[in-house]
This record gives sequence, structure tokens and C-alpha cells, in this order.
Amino acid sequence: MKIHEYQAKELFKKYGVPIPEGRVANSPDEAAGIAKTLGGYPVVVKAQIHAGGRGKGGGVKLAQSESEVQSVAGQIIGMDLITHQTGPGGRRVKKVLVEQGLNIEKELYLSIIPDRAIAKIVVMASEAGGMDIEEVAAETPEKIIRVPINPLQGIQAYHCREVAFGLNLAPTVIKPFVVMLKNLYRLFVDNDCSLVEINPLVITAEETVIALDAKINFDDNALFRHKDIAEYRDPGEEDPLEVEASKHNLNYINLDGNVGNMVNGAGLAMATMDLIKQAGAEPANFLDVGGGASAEMVENGFKIILSDPNVKGILINIFGGILRCDVLAEGVVKAAQKTNINVPVVVRMEGTNIEEGRRILAESGLKLTTATDLKDAAQKVAEILKA
Amino acid sequence: MSIFVDKNSRVVVQGITGREGQFHTRQCVAYGTHVVAGVTPGKAGQKMDDVPVFNTVKASVAAVGANCSLIFVPPAFAADAIMEAADAGIGVIVAITEGIPVLDMMKVMNYLAGKPARLIGPNCPGIITPGEAKIGIMPGPIHKPFGPVGVISRSGTLTYEVVNQLSLQGIGQSTCIGIGGDPIVGSDFIDCLDAFENDPDTRGIVMVGEIGGTAEEEAAAFVSEKMSKPVVGFISGLTAPPGRRMGHAGAIISGGSGTAEAKIEAMEGAGIHVCKNLGALGELCAEVFV
Repeated sequence: MKIHEYQAKELFKKYGVPIPEGRVANSPDEAAGIAKTLGGYPVVVKAQIHAGGRGKGGGVKLAQSESEVQSVAGQIIGMDLITHQTGPGGRRVKKVLVEQGLNIEKELYLSIIPDRAIAKIVVMASEAGGMDIEEVAAETPEKIIRVPINPLQGIQAYHCREVAFGLNLAPTVIKPFVVMLKNLYRLFVDNDCSLVEINPLVITAEETVIALDAKINFDDNALFRHKDIAEYRDPGEEDPLEVEASKHNLNYINLDGNVGNMVNGAGLAMATMDLIKQAGAEPANFLDVGGGASAEMVENGFKIILSDPNVKGILINIFGGILRCDVLAEGVVKAAQKTNINVPVVVRMEGTNIEEGRRILAESGLKLTTATDLKDAAQKVAEILKA
Repeated sequence: MSIFVDKNSRVVVQGITGREGQFHTRQCVAYGTHVVAGVTPGKAGQKMDDVPVFNTVKASVAAVGANCSLIFVPPAFAADAIMEAADAGIGVIVAITEGIPVLDMMKVMNYLAGKPARLIGPNCPGIITPGEAKIGIMPGPIHKPFGPVGVISRSGTLTYEVVNQLSLQGIGQSTCIGIGGDPIVGSDFIDCLDAFENDPDTRGIVMVGEIGGTAEEEAAAFVSEKMSKPVVGFISGLTAPPGRRMGHAGAIISGGSGTAEAKIEAMEGAGIHVCKNLGALGELCAEVFV
């Protein structure tokens, strides 16, 4: 799960990670009111959306006076901010963060991530702050400091010193940096984060260490034990069909193509999308109804797929194992009868009780095309699109 | 022969009295697996069908000699269950549970380091040596016993698809392992490839990967350096968009790494026969292995 910068900074504050003075505003008036309390200009007005690259897209602006805050906040709130992460439609901005300007001496990069290959928590840092870390990693990997930490041991002072010396920090800055990093690590493990990133982390002319930006992602699997974090979820930042699907425990991702598909199991679902592409079409979605899909889930899946206006045909691919094909076929028939299906549907089933399942589909009176195997399914999808 | 599990595996099911635990225990018993015990804290002395239930894994090891565990415990308690099994001296731990927090699994992996226990999963269908032992949730009848091909996969139903195509071609399987779809899993491709290489009855291997992480690339390097047996590969997720988690927690392309293209390139470079069309995987295996 992703959260907004201002929410991430609330957590930073709670954990003693220094941030600039500031608050979030829903309107230009509110933004101007906040600016007055920050004790001087310039102030920074930052669009709050779940995507990076906000500055380049015109979503981050400096203002030198109260009236300028009012006007730039007016430009940003309500705009469709387009960045390399939002897609061509952009994302509507509803809130801005208004913060004090800082006397920046040095910009650094700092993040904490889990490394899946070595099962360690890794602190990554670089003197190339403010830049896209993936570019730095690709072009000058030697400039990135990586310190792996065994989660059973936890972060120690020597880990922090290794990072601090690697960043060539001035002796006076090392102590506040070490305190900050320990707090940041505590935030990471306390809340089951999957990413904490500060880019840039700044050293000010006054030799303080301040998180100018803040990005936190959370492990969805751990949200059950963090009800307070789950409250931060902003459904307005998500695809409405995906929000609807998640209510029915369906794993759905909306894509640009026109062949809808419903599959049991994530690996088989991805392979089915690939198959659609090989047949000369584009998948309209990823939809995993689960290894042991029920008739009800199939019905909900149908509804979600059909509410995407781009869908011109549907491929259902189910490998019935523990879940028998006859039970599944009944589910498909019931769902098809209840839902107003106005596009061709190809059904490919395999597994236990397959003959009985095929008979149920054939005798249903529904316009379902049955495919015998995956090759046949791909061919039938291609035929539908030609017609 | 086979790898990791066989007719001598004596299985304890952790979470045996839950809905999933009961259902799949019965399926495993029906297949012929020796399920010797179950564990549900507080329910010692009860029986699930004919299987005695214990409070702890240690007690099941002491009383009935369990040497393999099958875990159906909910995500919040699964890390504890895995560590309990390892601490009780269980040799092979199969964790079916989906949705274990990443930090919990990191602690488990660091705890298991240097211990003899082998973890399979989590978020996997389990492991089957057809004709001998089914320790997991896969449908037994699609498998063809005592065959020459080993199967390793990060997926569930996609594995069944692959196994079914092999069986339809008349190609049986030595052992099939679902290593799991999570970012952090106990046994990886390399552990399984190594074991299959050393198993005299396995003559070839099918490895089924997907987007996310670099496990397939590392496995490809291992194949080119250490393996003499032929390997057929398949990767799902060519059409997956970057930055999105495709159902499996581990299936995500991030920062340009973990793409299907990169994996396929690495595997082909290592001499692995990569199948591009899932519908034709069985036929390719028939060409390569028979």
C-alpha cells in the first residue's frame, strides 16, 4: 500500500525523523493560512498524489509571499498532474503540502528496503541526492552504499556509522544522522514497511539533517496488524474497478487491452494474458479468482470484467484441481445467466470431472465457446476479434 | 527415487483441525501419504479422522516420529509454526499459507540459516512424489507416477497445467515442487535443480518461473555451470505492467528488473529450452526429454 507524502511525514514526526515545518491544505485559502504560520518565505507548495516525478510535472512550486502561495496552490489543486508514473491521463490533485523553505547545503539519498534474495533489511544511501536512484544504480553503482541488516539483530550504531562515513558527512552532522537513521529503521520494522525512501535528505547550512521528501510503502500482507496504517489508504488514488474487485477478494488489475480474462491462480493468469497477446490481441485485465474459486467469485469476476467498456470478448481459463470442473461449470452458467453478457465468451476448463463440466456448458443454452486446450483457446480468441 | 519426500515421509499437519487443514489432510491420506499426526495447540488427545492431534510439533515427533510438516496455519501465526517445526527437528517443512508478512519471513530465513531443516514455500501448492507421497494441495490424479521428469515452479495452477501436459504426453514425474509465489521462499530453484541433478531417476527438469526478483537468472547461471541434465523452462508475465503486483506477492517488475524478457534471455543463454507458448509445453518436453 502507498500513502501520501504528508502522511509519511506524520509518521516521520512520530518517530523523531526531522521534517520541515508544514501542514497539508485542501484549498488555496487554507494553504495561505498555513504559510503565514511558517515564520518566513520562501515556502514550498507540493502536490499530494501517489506518484513520483511531481516536480518535473509542475506539481511542486516555490512561493515568496502569502498571495503567491494562494495563487500557486490554486494552480496545483484541481490540476491533472502528469508524471512518468501516472500514465498519460495524469492524476487529479486534491491536496497540497505547504512547507518552510530550507537553506540546503547538501542533498543525499537514503532508503530502507527488504532484499528478497538475502532476506536482510538493506539501508541504501548515496551522495547523489535528488536524483532518480535507479539511474544512479545503473550508471554509477559504486556511488551507492548498501548496508544489509539481519532483522534478528536489528540496526546497530556501527551500521549507521558505516552509512554516515560512506556519505562523507561532516563530523558535527554524524551524530544527528545516526539518531535519525536508527529512528527510521524503527519506523520501518514497527510498521512492516516495504519501502522507506527519503530523496532528498538534506543537510542544511545550520548543520541539521532534515527529510525534505518522504515516501513509504507498506507490506499489504501485514496490514492486518496495523489498523492505524490501513486508515491512510486513499481509494481516490486507485482504479475504481480495482477498488470494487478488492471488496470481493478478487485480485484484479485493469489494463489497456480488449480481451477480458478470468483465471484461477496468479501464475496461470499471467500465462493466459501472455497467450492472449500471442493470439494477436491485448489483455484487458489481470484477474485471479484464486486457486479454489467459488461460483460466487466467478460471478463477481464477470461483473467487474463487463464494467470495463473496452472489453470485446472474454476468455475464461480454469484448471480445476481440487475444485471440480462440473461445480465450476455450474458457477459459470449461473453467473452468465445473472449477468447480462453481451460479448463472446470462450471457456477453457481442464482437470477433474472435465467431461461433466463440458456437458453442463454445452447444455446451458448460453453462447459459450468451449476450447479443448490452451492452443485452441488462443485460436478461438483470435477468431472472435476478427469477427 | 525422488527428491525431498517419498513413501518414508511421516507427515505432521500443523493446523489440522482448521477447515483447510481437515480438507487437505483427507486428500493427502486418500492419495496414500503417511499422515501420522496433527498439531493444534489446546487440542491434544483429539483425533481428526484417525490422525492423533498434539499440542506441539515436539510432542508429535516424540510420540509418532513425524519427520515432515505440512503447514495450514493462518498468516499471522505461520512464522511461529515454521520455527516450531524446525526447532522440533522436522527435516522437511512445507508451508502452504499465503500472505505471511515479509518481515516475518525474513526472520524465519535468518533463524533457519545453518539449521538442517528444509523449508518449501510459503504460498505454494506443496510437493508431491507421484505414487508415493502428496504433501500439499495439488490434485493427485493429474500426476503420472515414477517418471523421469522433475518439475519446479513458483506457481500453483500453472504447475498443474504443466504437469497435466506432461502426463498427457505420457511423461511421468519424479517429484514436483511448488517453491512458492512470495518474494522470500525457503527453497529456491537452485536448491531443487541441485537435488534433481543428483537424483539418478530424474533425467530432465521443467522449471516454471514468473516475473519479479532474480531467482530465474541465478538458476540459469547454475544450470549452465553445474547441470548435465536437460532443462525446459517457461516464464509467465510477458504482458505484465511494471510496478504492479500480479497476484503473487513476489510477482512484480520493479525498477526495470524482474522482467520476463530478461529471465528468458538468461535462461536461453544457459542452454535451457524455453517454451514461449504455454499450449505447446508438453510437446516441447516430449521432444527434449524422450
